[in-house]
Amino acid sequence: MLQQAEGSHAVAEAVALCRPDVVCAYPISPQTHIVEGLGELVKSGRLSPCEFINVESEFAAMSVAIGASAAGARAYTATASQGLLFMSEAVYNASGLGLPIVMTVANRAIGAPINIWNDHSDAMSQRDSGWLQLYAETNQEALDLHIQAFKLAEELSMPVMVCMDGFILTHAVERVDVPEQSEVDAFLPPYAPRQVLDPDEPVSIGAMVGPEAFMEVRYLAHAKQLSALEHIPRIAAEFGARFGRDSGGLVRGYRCDDAETIVVALGSVIGTLKETVDALRDDGMRVGVLGIQSYRPFPLAAVRAALQGARRVVVVEKSFCVGLGGVVSTDVRLALSGLHLHGYTVVAGLGGRAITRASLERMLGDAAADRLEPLTFLDLDRRIVDRQLEREARTRRSGPIAENLLRDVGTVAAKVA
Amino acid sequence: MLQIRFHGRGGQGVVTAAELLAIAAFEQGRHAQAFPSFGSERTGAPVVAFCRIDDREIRLREPIVAPDVLIVQDPTLLHQVDVFQGLRRDGYVLINSRRGFDELGLAEIGQRFRRERLLTVPATDIALQHLGRPLPNAVLLGGLAALTRIVTLEAVAHAIRDKFSGKVADGNVAAATAAFAAVRHALVEAADAPAS
Repeated sequence: MLQQAEGSHAVAEAVALCRPDVVCAYPISPQTHIVEGLGELVKSGRLSPCEFINVESEFAAMSVAIGASAAGARAYTATASQGLLFMSEAVYNASGLGLPIVMTVANRAIGAPINIWNDHSDAMSQRDSGWLQLYAETNQEALDLHIQAFKLAEELSMPVMVCMDGFILTHAVERVDVPEQSEVDAFLPPYAPRQVLDPDEPVSIGAMVGPEAFMEVRYLAHAKQLSALEHIPRIAAEFGARFGRDSGGLVRGYRCDDAETIVVALGSVIGTLKETVDALRDDGMRVGVLGIQSYRPFPLAAVRAALQGARRVVVVEKSFCVGLGGVVSTDVRLALSGLHLHGYTVVAGLGGRAITRASLERMLGDAAADRLEPLTFLDLDRRIVDRQLEREARTRRSGPIAENLLRDVGTVAAKVA
Repeated sequence: MLQIRFHGRGGQGVVTAAELLAIAAFEQGRHAQAFPSFGSERTGAPVVAFCRIDDREIRLREPIVAPDVLIVQDPTLLHQVDVFQGLRRDGYVLINSRRGFDELGLAEIGQRFRRERLLTVPATDIALQHLGRPLPNAVLLGGLAALTRIVTLEAVAHAIRDKFSGKVADGNVAAATAAFAAVRHALVEAADAPAS
C-alpha cells in the first residue's frame, strides 16, 4: 500500500513484515525512530510473537542478537556511528559464527569532533568485519532491502547490514509502497537455521580455533561472500518479479551506456547525482552514474564491466581514509586494474555537509576537462583550514582545532541551509 | 517542482509542518519529500524544514536553497536569520504575525518580490483560539493553501487527521480553516484596494 511515511517508519514496517522473533534495541541518533517504531508495533500486538529487548548498550544489543540467533530466532537490531563502534567486537563475532542477523546502520559520522550528521564512516569502519553491506538509495529501497536482507542472510547463514543515510533518508518523509504481509510471507520463508543451540540436542558454538584451521574458517567466510555475488542479484530479481520494483542487486547504472565520465557512489547521493547527470546531459556532456548497492561483497566484475567503456571514473564518497584518501575508490581502482582510465576521488558530505547539485556540476565539469585533482574535498572551506594552519605555525599552544574552527566559521544558527 | 522552506523555532512543530504538507500533497496524488535541517533540536533554537512537491519521483536530496514558498512561523527570526535567502522573485511568503508585512519593517524587502504574494496571518492567535496552545504550524498550512493553492484546504485537513486524532486534530483543522478564510479575505481586500 502506498504511504507517505518517514524513512525510519518505513523500515520498521518492513522489519515487522519479516516477522523477527527478537528485536534488540538501544537508542542512538539517527537510528532511534526505527526501533521506537518496532517497539510500538510489538506493544500494540501487531508484531507478534516478537520479543523486544531493551538492552543497556550497543555491545549488549549485538551480543543479545548473537544469543538469540544462535538459539534459532530471527534477530534484528539497528545502530549508527559510535554505537556501531561500541559493538564492533560482537559485530565480528556475529559474522565469524555465521549467524544471519540483520542490522540497519543509519549512517552517521564518527567523532571526535562529535557530529550527529550523515556520512559513511561508521559502516566503512566495519567493511572488513565479514558482514554483507547493502546501501539504499531511497527509502523505498531501504524498505525493500530489509526484506531481501533476511532472505540473503538466512540462505548464506551470514549477517547483513542494511546501510541507509542517517537523517537524509531516516528522517525524510516520502512515498513508499509497503507490501502486504502475505506477499512478504511468500517471499521470505520461515527461518531454518544451519546451526542451533538446542538443549535437547546439545552442541557448542564458538570453539577456539588455533593455527590448524583458523585460516580455513576465514577462507570459508570469504567464499560465502563471493557466493553472495550470485545470491544478491538472484534475490533482487525474485523480489522484482514479485513486487514489481528494481531494488538491490549488485550495481545499477544510470545513463552509463555512452558515457565518457561515470560517477560512482553509494546511498542517497545517487539521487542528486542523477539530477546532476540529467542537467549535464542536456548541456551535451556524456556522463552517467553507477550506484553500488552491494559494497560487501564488492562486485569487482560488475563494477569493471560497468566502467570499462568510460574514459574517466569519479568516485564520490562519504567516507575518508585519513592518510590515504578514498575508501570506496580504493576498491573501485582494484576493479579497474590494468585499464587505462583517469580516476578521481571526491570526498563529499562528511559530517552532513550538504552535497549540492551546483557543486557536483562544477566538480564534474572540472573532471570532464581533466582539471580535477586526484583527491578532491568537495566544498572544502580552505579559508578556515588555512587560518588554523597559520595559527599552528605561529603558536605552539594554538588550542583545540574544533573550537578554533567554530569560532572562525561564526554563528551557524543564522544560516539558512 | 515546488520547493517550500519552513522557518521556526524548536518546539513550534516546524518539522511536523513540512511533514503535514507532504502528506497533503500525497493525498492529492503528488510526489512529496519532507525533511528537517537536521540540526540539534533545542527548544527555541532556529529550525528549518523543507518540502518538495512534484508530479514525478523526487530524487534531489540537497537542502532547499531557492524556495518557491517561505513559511515563517516565528517573526522574531526575521532579525536573526536571513529567511528570504534564495527566495525566487515570484515566490510566496507567509509570516505568522498580527502585524502586516510593511509594519514588520519588510517594505524594502517586499519590493524585490511580487508584493501580492507576501502576506502575514496571526497564526499564533488563531491557534490559541482554536487549540488553546500557541502552535502555529498547521494553522499556517491553511493559510498556505489559500495563498498558493499548492494543496487544498481539504488535503491539509486530511493530513492533520492523518497525523493527529481527537481534540488536537479537530482544533488544528478548525484553526487551519480559519487561517484559510483569513488569508482568502486578505487577498480579496488587496485585490480590491486601489493601487498606491
